[in-house]
Amino acid sequence: MSESSPRAWLLAEAPASRHQAWLGRAYRSWRLFRRNPLAMAGLSVVLALLLLAVIGPWLAPHDPVAQILDRRLLPPGTPGNLLGTDELGRDILSRLLYGARITLTIVIMVAVLVAPLGLLVGTVAGYAGGWLDTVLMRLTDIFLAFPRLILALALVAALGPGIENAVIAIALTTWPPYARIARAETLTVRGSDFIAAARLQGASPIRLVVGHVMPLCTSSVIVRVTLDMAGIILTAAGLGFLGLGAQPPSPEWGAMVASGHGVLLDHWWVATMPGLAIFVVALGFNLLGDGLRDVLDPRAGQG
Amino acid sequence: MTDGAVPRVRRLALGAGRLLITVAVTVLGLLVVTFLIGRVVPVDPALNLVGDRATEAAYQAARTQLGLDQPLWQQFLAYLGRALQGDFGTSVLTGRPVLEDVARVFPATLELATLATVLGVILGVPAGVVAAARQGTWIDQVIRVIGLVGYSVPVFWLGLMGLLVFYARLEWVAGPGRIDIFYEGLVPPVTGVILLDAALAGDGTVFRNALDHIILPAAILGYYSLAYISRMTRSLMLDQLRQEYIVTARVKGLSERAVVWRHALGNAAVPLVTVIALSYATLLEGSVLTEIVFSWPGLGSYITTSLLNADMTAVLGGTVVVGAVFIGLNMLSDALYRVLDPRARP
Repeated sequence: MSESSPRAWLLAEAPASRHQAWLGRAYRSWRLFRRNPLAMAGLSVVLALLLLAVIGPWLAPHDPVAQILDRRLLPPGTPGNLLGTDELGRDILSRLLYGARITLTIVIMVAVLVAPLGLLVGTVAGYAGGWLDTVLMRLTDIFLAFPRLILALALVAALGPGIENAVIAIALTTWPPYARIARAETLTVRGSDFIAAARLQGASPIRLVVGHVMPLCTSSVIVRVTLDMAGIILTAAGLGFLGLGAQPPSPEWGAMVASGHGVLLDHWWVATMPGLAIFVVALGFNLLGDGLRDVLDPRAGQG
Repeated sequence: MTDGAVPRVRRLALGAGRLLITVAVTVLGLLVVTFLIGRVVPVDPALNLVGDRATEAAYQAARTQLGLDQPLWQQFLAYLGRALQGDFGTSVLTGRPVLEDVARVFPATLELATLATVLGVILGVPAGVVAAARQGTWIDQVIRVIGLVGYSVPVFWLGLMGLLVFYARLEWVAGPGRIDIFYEGLVPPVTGVILLDAALAGDGTVFRNALDHIILPAAILGYYSLAYISRMTRSLMLDQLRQEYIVTARVKGLSERAVVWRHALGNAAVPLVTVIALSYATLLEGSVLTEIVFSWPGLGSYITTSLLNADMTAVLGGTVVVGAVFIGLNMLSDALYRVLDPRARP
């Protein structure tokens, strides 16, 4: 094969540079990952979601909010409306395609808020130790002991419905496990020789935490983020279902299920289609997260 | 007994004391959060009380009456004092004290979550044990996929699909609600749990009808419990099956069944209790969406209805009660773990 030489370079036993070592390790993980068909299925679903979120609006045959009242509640398979229309005559397929963007936005926003926050709290607590550790971890425990969905409900109720507030509410109830993971990882590395070496070279505590400890925590945090994605999507959809997430006429999938609730018994497709979309995407993230954990976390690899 | 007996009692007491302090601190944290949420509500409670056409003087009087003119920390202390006496205010919607409302709707949620947890344990523990014992085989994969689906499917949607198939099309179960309207109030509400009340009154018809109503929502919630419990059981069992005592048991010539179900499961049982308690607590709060779909008159329906009617007193009061129960179950599972597992004793 013509690509055998880059492969040999990637799999070299003695990488010549840090760059090569990093790429080689990524390549080896990828080869391990590729062997797991379920994880590959999950990856394709997530990639499809990404793609649809980008090009969905061009694929959509109709305007997602255009109401055509004499074409309402058409069953799936109707020419021009592949997945049927809802109770206001809007094309369900088009709404699903536009909704992919909303789902992805929520997930990314939560991840961007939660992962750094948890990472910061956990690494600082683990590295500093002492009273700071006690205070931060006690705070984490308090948040962990809260009922998450109900607290998110109360928060959204207070802040007012909408995507941004749903994201804030979900983020505020999601960060504690990240802090715990990051702290545990920090505790395992803080005594190691390379940290001591960096400290002896005069690195400041901030530099040690940010430059040396945090990078080592990222792989477990990434796995956790991927596994959490499904839960975040489901919570966001749940808030949307209750009318507390994205507001109408926005084609958010949870809100679409809610609008199908009223016509469920006679027009099953209105609620079924968006729910199916949520399910497929959440399953994709779960499969991907499971596969990533097997690859990136050697301890769970045999499980 | 050895000389360790007396210190051990003292250490146990010390552990219990620490646990109580943890509970107190956590509940205090919960109250701080609900208080703060209550303060950021855009709705001005004083304005709500007097209406927007009231005079400035009436408005100020209402503010003073509600204590809104005091510093924040004084307001919090007052809130704390009332909460500790069980006073969470009066629901605007029902006109009753929030605690009374919550006590009225709580049995419905309890009934649903308990039945769901029972289903989850009965099916989830054996599934997890089998998956661990047959690790890597097709049956392990099937159980894994069943669990993953449980982690991925939106509960409100699954509920709707369940209603569509089992109620509307197949007519195997009764529809939304706790009981048909003409059976309502037939049995004296002793516990508030209809299945128990009907059994106590010896009324078979009411019992059957209530069972017809609860079976679908309980099965759907139970599926989530099953997904979690089977997954945790599998990983706990795998930890045990790797231990050396398992090799010893096998070398002794014990049957595989005895090794897996008696030795390994026996040792996995202690952390499993924690897992089950946690899943129970999660169901108590996680039944919100299921209750909406099935018009189940429990805590979730109460909080959501209050929320949609901008009745923040009821929402926050309900949140505190659910939170306290949740924290209590969390800590209880922690304490159980300490009592049951000799290694974790302080």
